[in-house]
Amino acid sequence: MEKREFHVTAETGIHARPATLLVQTASKFSSEVSLQYQDKSVNLKSIMGVMSLGVGQNAEITITTDGEDEADAMNAVAETLKKEGLSD
Amino acid sequence: MTVNLKGIAASDGLVCGRAYRLVEPDLSFQRQQVSNLDNELERFHQALEAAVSDVETIKMRATKSLGTDGAQVFSTHITMLQDPELIGTVDQTIRKEEVNAESAWASAVAQYETALEKLTDNPYMQERVTDLHDINKRVLAHLLRVSLPDLALIDQPVIVVTHDLIPSDTVSVNPQFILGFVTDVGGRTSHSSILARSLNIPAVVGTQTVTQAVKSGDQLVINGTQGTVTIEPDAATWQMAQQAMADRQANLDHLAAFRNHKTTTKDGRGVTLAANIGNASDLPSVLHNGAEAVGLMRTEFLYMNGDKLPTEDEQFDVYREVVKALAPKTVVIRTLDIGGDKPLPYLHQHPEANPFLGERAIRQSLAHQQIFRSQLRALLRASAYGHLRIMFPMIATLDEFRQAKAIYDDERSKLTTKQVPLGEIKVGMMVEVPAAAMLADRFAQEADFMSIGTNDLIGYTLAADRTNQDVAYLYQPYHPAVLRLINQVISAGHAAGIPVAMCGEMAGDPIAVPLLLGMGLDEFSMGAGTILKTRELIGQLTAADLGALAETALNSASTSQEVVTMVQAAVPGIVS
Repeated sequence: MEKREFHVTAETGIHARPATLLVQTASKFSSEVSLQYQDKSVNLKSIMGVMSLGVGQNAEITITTDGEDEADAMNAVAETLKKEGLSD
Repeated sequence: MTVNLKGIAASDGLVCGRAYRLVEPDLSFQRQQVSNLDNELERFHQALEAAVSDVETIKMRATKSLGTDGAQVFSTHITMLQDPELIGTVDQTIRKEEVNAESAWASAVAQYETALEKLTDNPYMQERVTDLHDINKRVLAHLLRVSLPDLALIDQPVIVVTHDLIPSDTVSVNPQFILGFVTDVGGRTSHSSILARSLNIPAVVGTQTVTQAVKSGDQLVINGTQGTVTIEPDAATWQMAQQAMADRQANLDHLAAFRNHKTTTKDGRGVTLAANIGNASDLPSVLHNGAEAVGLMRTEFLYMNGDKLPTEDEQFDVYREVVKALAPKTVVIRTLDIGGDKPLPYLHQHPEANPFLGERAIRQSLAHQQIFRSQLRALLRASAYGHLRIMFPMIATLDEFRQAKAIYDDERSKLTTKQVPLGEIKVGMMVEVPAAAMLADRFAQEADFMSIGTNDLIGYTLAADRTNQDVAYLYQPYHPAVLRLINQVISAGHAAGIPVAMCGEMAGDPIAVPLLLGMGLDEFSMGAGTILKTRELIGQLTAADLGALAETALNSASTSQEVVTMVQAAVPGIVS
């Protein structure tokens, strides 16, 4: 299992476009991928889950990947977060 | 039986065709117990697949007209329709509660709806509930086996009959299949009307009852010039409309030949023909009409559509979409021009005795710098995606230009420090205050380009409000005083080595075009629907002769009428 924390820098937080891309990225892997924000954790392959968290600017989020390809999944998610300007 | 309806003439032309009612069907259902659960699960999954396939089609159309970014919302819809948690919840509800797919689906959607609505500290995400409604309707329609009308799914020529069009309806319009529009509500400046005019298709709005009077498939004749609709017309009316369509098509085909041409005079002088746009949804008409650039993108719509200021990121998304879709063409974006007749209710501006002479445009921006700075940051960030130019409206003094430029430089250097990628940006100004036109030589030393905004320049020069019927006669584009101011700006720009554009209605006016060419104007920016006609006209003119025409008009005309006579004598056959 891999676990990494991110600080959300984007002004509108994780809004629809990056949420879509994050979900698309996570869905490419067989590992379970989850996003934790405050006291809630959701499946990062579920866009409704991600959107219903309403992750705003300056949020601290934790990504967890668990499974055979957990390292690749984590790297891909981190890459998407960075590319979308969500996190440093 | 023939029925006639009267509405508001929204977009010129006569057209006949079959009606396509864009009216939401009844999607109500009962919660029912079911016994064949496998069958119910299969119904649900088939409806999901069909919904995904609809959205794929819509996305494909939208990608063609708007680019990948414009179609992004549909990727989100597809991801929502494939959400494993959402689907899992529905499957489970069907199995455990032994209920029909409609009610299992609707209750799962309602759970997420509640979750989104609770996000009171994240209004952006709260609004995404509209996306949820959209996919909800699509799946329900397939489950209930009713067709959900959608502009993007139209694949043959029809007249669209609807209560009203909303901006999101129009992103996926395929103009090829839309013969015309008729709506229940709206006026000449409503979204449907503006869209119809930008697509050059006839429209009648505000008929109040058309959606009740018309069924899909009815024969219609609409006259967008007179504002009339005929349902099930007689043979003679139908034929007349067919003839008008044939003539119109012949004219469009004729003009279409100019779509991919460069704009040059008969003797080979090239100028740029650009489009004025007010929204990212105008992009299809820009491309369809062969514009070589966007000479004016207004940004007011971003501020006027909501009940709060747009965030920097919301603006960035729109600017990036436009700049990227049009690259390598240049896009001139004008900073916020509010105040005057366009107040923003949520800013609580106090009423002014003379709003047109009050705190509007750049004056407002300099007085409320946070709004201005956020817009500049969004623009700067968008510059990395194409060829962006920024233009300040209503500049009257050099101090204003310098202040605005200094704020721009400040935001630019802050972003550079943060290593945000930026493109090369030119920063210019609109010349629409007579003081700026008179002092154009000084401004030309500091601005990268100038663009003449004739609507206001004429209004301020003749001190007349053209929307006031009693003094509308004073709105005279060819008044020699106006021509001299324009000429002064063009000459000053060229002396300083910077390009001069015009982005008012005058730029596409057939009487004005020869004069402007004669004065050496570099770029003509106009409503997209006028571009091809103007390109044809310019191709018939000889630049070498027009310098003399402009000089005569500037030096020896005393009235607007004299100018018109001179142009008509020099360019036989030209009509205003």
